[in-house]
Amino acid sequence: MNKLVTNASEAIVGLKDGMTLMLGGFGLCGIPENCISAMVELGVKDLVCISNNAGVDDFGLGLLLQKRQIRKMISSYVGENDEFERQMLSGELEVDLIPQGSLAERCRAGGAGIPAFFTPAGFGTEVADGKEVRSFNGKPHILELALTADFAMIKAWKGDRYGNLIYKGTARNFNPVMAMAGKITIAEVEEIVEPGELDPNFVHTPGVFVQRIFQGSNYEKRIEQRTVRSRS
Amino acid sequence: MLDRTGIAKRIAQELQDGWYVNLGIGIPTLVANYIPEGINVEFQSENGILGMGPFPYEGEEDADLINAGKQTVTMLPGGSIFDSSTSFAMIRGQHVQLTVLGAMEVAENGDIANWKIPGRMVKGMGGAMDLVASAENIIVAMQHTNRKGESKILKKCTLPLTGVGCVKKIVTNMAVLEVTDQGFLLLERAPGVSVEDIKNATAGRLIVEGDIPEMVV
Repeated sequence: MNKLVTNASEAIVGLKDGMTLMLGGFGLCGIPENCISAMVELGVKDLVCISNNAGVDDFGLGLLLQKRQIRKMISSYVGENDEFERQMLSGELEVDLIPQGSLAERCRAGGAGIPAFFTPAGFGTEVADGKEVRSFNGKPHILELALTADFAMIKAWKGDRYGNLIYKGTARNFNPVMAMAGKITIAEVEEIVEPGELDPNFVHTPGVFVQRIFQGSNYEKRIEQRTVRSRS
Repeated sequence: MLDRTGIAKRIAQELQDGWYVNLGIGIPTLVANYIPEGINVEFQSENGILGMGPFPYEGEEDADLINAGKQTVTMLPGGSIFDSSTSFAMIRGQHVQLTVLGAMEVAENGDIANWKIPGRMVKGMGGAMDLVASAENIIVAMQHTNRKGESKILKKCTLPLTGVGCVKKIVTNMAVLEVTDQGFLLLERAPGVSVEDIKNATAGRLIVEGDIPEMVV
């Protein structure tokens, strides 16, 4: 079993205009930086991107937005990106905003073979428009459909050539559920280790969900809101 | 009148020992600074942490450890980290006892609006819709009126809703209100604020029963 490829360009082979992608990360934490750069270089366009956020103007998915490579975003929160807001309000960019928990669960369901589920989130709001409503235990719920993607691009801390992954800190976020929901899941990691080095008891994403893996380089890991306390 | 810190201090008095608590962005985040003595709570952040600690000391920031407001944070002993679907399983499954969040408008039936101003501001709901739809205990931290002096405590919300009939308690710069079937029940007034002031600043139905005590913050 060897899923190892040399770099991001090799990992995204087969990616075409108009495809649907999932990209892990919360804000700029745990985003697949190398895959994003490779897509900017490739110039692939009309992408549908499923990602909790849309990066900032000059980093993360903001880089693909700048080049107009994204046709539609499916996200829960897009507040830190002026170019995004401009494209959305002008109608250039299609946007589907989804409650964050529903977004995570729709990815998980997509990977787990569950086509849809009921959740109370969004009932009575515009999120519920056009969706089936059903009451369970006296409480109304709305039907949400599973999400899958042609490619899922995720970022982990360490991985092996079998595709087993562990994440670090809150860089985990959406990565494990999106890893499950990609037809082709690409994992970029900070360090490739030998099979057996990852303790099986502590593997977060089992290799079965990953098709391609590579060791990324030049991670910037930008901090959006550097917040500190004084030592006094 | 309370400032932002005052609102956070008053909400902190609602914390009960052993609770898991989710704090939203803005004033709610400040609540963590005023936990009453003898009370132990664990903070959950929906991007995937339980047992979230204070902001790091300068030089100790870790890009891989942030809260849902994307601020750098630390972990406390006994904390844990998990993925986004597990995080919202905690929230939807009602394993978190209290949610504190901000609002642009609250209505007397407990409706809340805090995510969108059509044509002007579209940032997205983030986790707010999941939180308000499932949490048993929701406290809203907000200013009583907007910059123009218009009430944000309404008969009916005018902005797109985040959730329906879900708010239980509101702490503003002027008052503590409980949402009841009859309307907003006035529980406490902020220092230096009269019942008359609160009546004038409240567009929804306000219920005043007997003497209204001043908050102790």
